[in-house]
Amino acid sequence: MSDTQTPQAPKGAIARFLAASPDSVGKTIFVAVAICLVASMIVSVAAVSLRPVQEANKLRDKQLNILQVAGVYEPGMDVAKAFANFEPQILELATGAFSDAFDPATFDDAAAADDPELSIALDNDPAAIGRQSKFRTVYLLKDANGALDKVILPIRGYGLWSTLYGFIAIEENGNDIFGLQFYQHGETPGLGAEVDNPKWKALWKGKKLFDENGDLKISVAKSMGAAGPDHHIDALAGATLTSRGVDNLVNFWMGDQGYALFLAKLKAGEL
Amino acid sequence: MAQKRRDLLIDPLVDNNPITLQVLGICSALAVTSSLKVALVMAIAVTFVTAFSSMFISMLRSQIPSSIRIIVQMVIIASLVILVDQILKAYAFEISKTLSVFVGLIITNCIVMGRAEAFAMQNPPIASFLDGIGNGMGYGLILMLVGIIRELFGSGSLFGVTILQTVNNGGWYVPNGLLLLPPSAFFVIGLLIWAFRTWKPAQVEEREFKIQTVEEH
Repeated sequence: MSDTQTPQAPKGAIARFLAASPDSVGKTIFVAVAICLVASMIVSVAAVSLRPVQEANKLRDKQLNILQVAGVYEPGMDVAKAFANFEPQILELATGAFSDAFDPATFDDAAAADDPELSIALDNDPAAIGRQSKFRTVYLLKDANGALDKVILPIRGYGLWSTLYGFIAIEENGNDIFGLQFYQHGETPGLGAEVDNPKWKALWKGKKLFDENGDLKISVAKSMGAAGPDHHIDALAGATLTSRGVDNLVNFWMGDQGYALFLAKLKAGEL
Repeated sequence: MAQKRRDLLIDPLVDNNPITLQVLGICSALAVTSSLKVALVMAIAVTFVTAFSSMFISMLRSQIPSSIRIIVQMVIIASLVILVDQILKAYAFEISKTLSVFVGLIITNCIVMGRAEAFAMQNPPIASFLDGIGNGMGYGLILMLVGIIRELFGSGSLFGVTILQTVNNGGWYVPNGLLLLPPSAFFVIGLLIWAFRTWKPAQVEEREFKIQTVEEH
């Protein structure tokens, strides 16, 4: 081969830099910094520009679950429009009364449960949630005449692998369950995840939380206890621990540490 | 050249499949194959990440210092994975809820790293891109095969459409609960590897040592 084919020495600072051996110290540092800068810019642009869509998805998902648990959802309906019929209220658990201290439109339940000012650490914690917020957003569904029809209460608690997050819909008498639905959980598909099975969820409809003496009797178990069929939901086959978790969390949230005071007021018609 | 490019795409499907021949990417194949829809989205996500990370790494290959090359590859792969995760959260919310952590775990998927290190560092960008697509599809093919078996016999459905009416919903089919649990994917993938190697005996690995036979007297 003749000398004419040897490449010419690169001209200009940039060309020289690109042609330099990549293993020099200066170039190693330069490449590391440059790659990190470009990558972080791409990631932050994506995160920031997609955030509004993601937030809208989350909100829509929550509204959709509230519609479903209240039994008003039909496929293809406008979720945001249908959700306008629900009235959000901030409930103070300790008094069982609505609180004006926060705006329901901006109140963040998840943040409140972590805030030491707004939450309490639980000693007796069957649902294994750690901290419980003193205030919760609840949703009221009114009928065409403006009378209270159902209340939708958020619930959560630990199953086998994960915390189950969901809603329970209760009739205006504060005792009859209309429905129960979890919107987020990580239970075993086919076993614990059958909490999403429509047939199982349908078992909850019409069950009663309290007996005639006002004692909390609801239970999720494989065999019916002394309380009778009105208070018993058949446990999921093959998902003993998930069923036990659901039993614990429903009893916790419907009990004295949860919504018991609010439900008592509801029953007495004091709202 | 055209023939070679075709080979880059076709080869990883059967002859050089990342899962059945190279036995890479097994963890995610166990985790996401209990339903076909999730497996499909995962396969598309891995194909996208492998193709573009291979392409970018190949474009930079002459500039990447060898002492920090793995870190540089990881930064590129991780950025693409975060991009995919953000896009899924924005435009495929339901599926991103089911995939949850497994999208993030594409970063540690050996197939992506393997193609970057073994192919993209030595080959031009277009070839690397095609190699990434091919390997992603090879991964996807196995995911779909495993997914079909697991979803059909585990839940009685395909893509969520009921094929075998299960007893829980008033039908006749008693689903095989084991198939819904991750260990079953081990059995299914093992059987697939056996089937592939019976079909293509060239894939059988040489024994590392010979089992001593007792001499006949």
